[in-house]
Amino acid sequence: MPAPVVPMLNYFAYLFDGGHWSLAGEGIPDRLLQHIAYTLVTLAISAVIALPVGLFIGHTNRGAFLAINIGNAGRSLPTFGLLSLMVVLVGIGTLPVIVALVVLAVPPILASTYAGLRSVDRSAVDAAIGMGMRPIQVLFRAEVPMALPLIVSGLRSALLQVCATATVAAYVGLGGLGRLLIDGLSTNDYPQVFAGAVLVAVLAVLLDLLSAAVERAVVSPGVRERSVRRTRWRRARPDPTNEDAPTSPVGISG
Amino acid sequence: MIAYIQGNQARILSDLGQHVWLSLLPVLVGVVLALPAGYLTVRYRWLYQPVVNLGGILYSVPSLALFVVIPAIIPVGTLSPLNIVVALSVYSFALLARTVADALISVQGETTWAAAAMGFRPLRQLFGVELPMALPVMMAGLRVATVSNISLVSVGAIIGVGGLGDLFTRGLQLSYLAPIIVGIVLSVLLAAVCDSGIVLVQRWLTPWTRAGAR
Repeated sequence: MPAPVVPMLNYFAYLFDGGHWSLAGEGIPDRLLQHIAYTLVTLAISAVIALPVGLFIGHTNRGAFLAINIGNAGRSLPTFGLLSLMVVLVGIGTLPVIVALVVLAVPPILASTYAGLRSVDRSAVDAAIGMGMRPIQVLFRAEVPMALPLIVSGLRSALLQVCATATVAAYVGLGGLGRLLIDGLSTNDYPQVFAGAVLVAVLAVLLDLLSAAVERAVVSPGVRERSVRRTRWRRARPDPTNEDAPTSPVGISG
Repeated sequence: MIAYIQGNQARILSDLGQHVWLSLLPVLVGVVLALPAGYLTVRYRWLYQPVVNLGGILYSVPSLALFVVIPAIIPVGTLSPLNIVVALSVYSFALLARTVADALISVQGETTWAAAAMGFRPLRQLFGVELPMALPVMMAGLRVATVSNISLVSVGAIIGVGGLGDLFTRGLQLSYLAPIIVGIVLSVLLAAVCDSGIVLVQRWLTPWTRAGAR
């Protein structure tokens, strides 16, 4: 069934109506702030739970089985199913939704924190021990700085996951930008639905870019440089030890 | 719980069937589009960064937003299953294009030179050496795409097409746990089955990765 042909302008009627941007009451700015607040609060709670556990498992390698499998299990849990389960168990409200969001955000953070610590070069850890560092110093001054790219990537995917699922959670009564979508769907107000979708998409992309900037700021230039050099080496200069080697791979450019 | 399953067997099975094709068809579309795209980024290196950036942006758009924006861009109805398939294909493509590119790039170097030196023509080298060598990395990406698609399909229930997600909206409307639990369990099981299936296919396709373990 082809969709009715609607002039493009109609889609933006809600989004570009100044009245919906008023700061008083439940306008777009209010919904936007709610969405950001839910996302950041959930991410903070999840990080407080997942980071220490991930660091412990990664540092001691005890319970590695748990850390590896929780990542896979978390990915296969249907987000909407978990939200529905929490709401039917506990009732409509902000708290059950936040709990469900935390349950979804913990696995990626935990799994990548563990993977990050495990990816650290063992000889660097041995050197840190040899220098007389105590276990806690080895963890925070050697392992964590080198594991940071992976730890941050876990936090970033949790951030996107929470931002997307918070939108879905409007179906079970949460505020935020999802309200525009869900309320618009139930009243057939398509411009409102479209406004909600565009805003939440832009917000998600901005949050991702912002977290990429944070990643740049916190990851030590030494660790970053090394990984950059490694990929460049593979991409542009296949074999630096062989000056006669062709600069582009033969088969691909041939 | 058992009474619910017995009483609603037909509905549960049809939801499951819809869930299977709504989640797996996009993976197929994603693979078909990502293979040439990934190959092109290896051949024309300046394409790599734009493709990775575009993939990152597409991947960060929440699914519910994509479900309602796609009908505004291409002529599919919001309530059409095709809408869900297109949206999930976008995610699969975004994830797989990058994986294919990274996998093919990781094979470059000594391996491709050796193949060229042995007289492999470009096409035979691609299909005989580079793609097989890149398989383990590409299969890892395929597993992630498949499993996340299976868990995402149920979000479609909010706009009326969502496979097992139908059981979640019913459970919510009736404040009844049984359909929700059945839906979650079936969705997780389906993900586990598909994931193991891909692992088995990978073991069968890349016997050399286990040769050293003997």
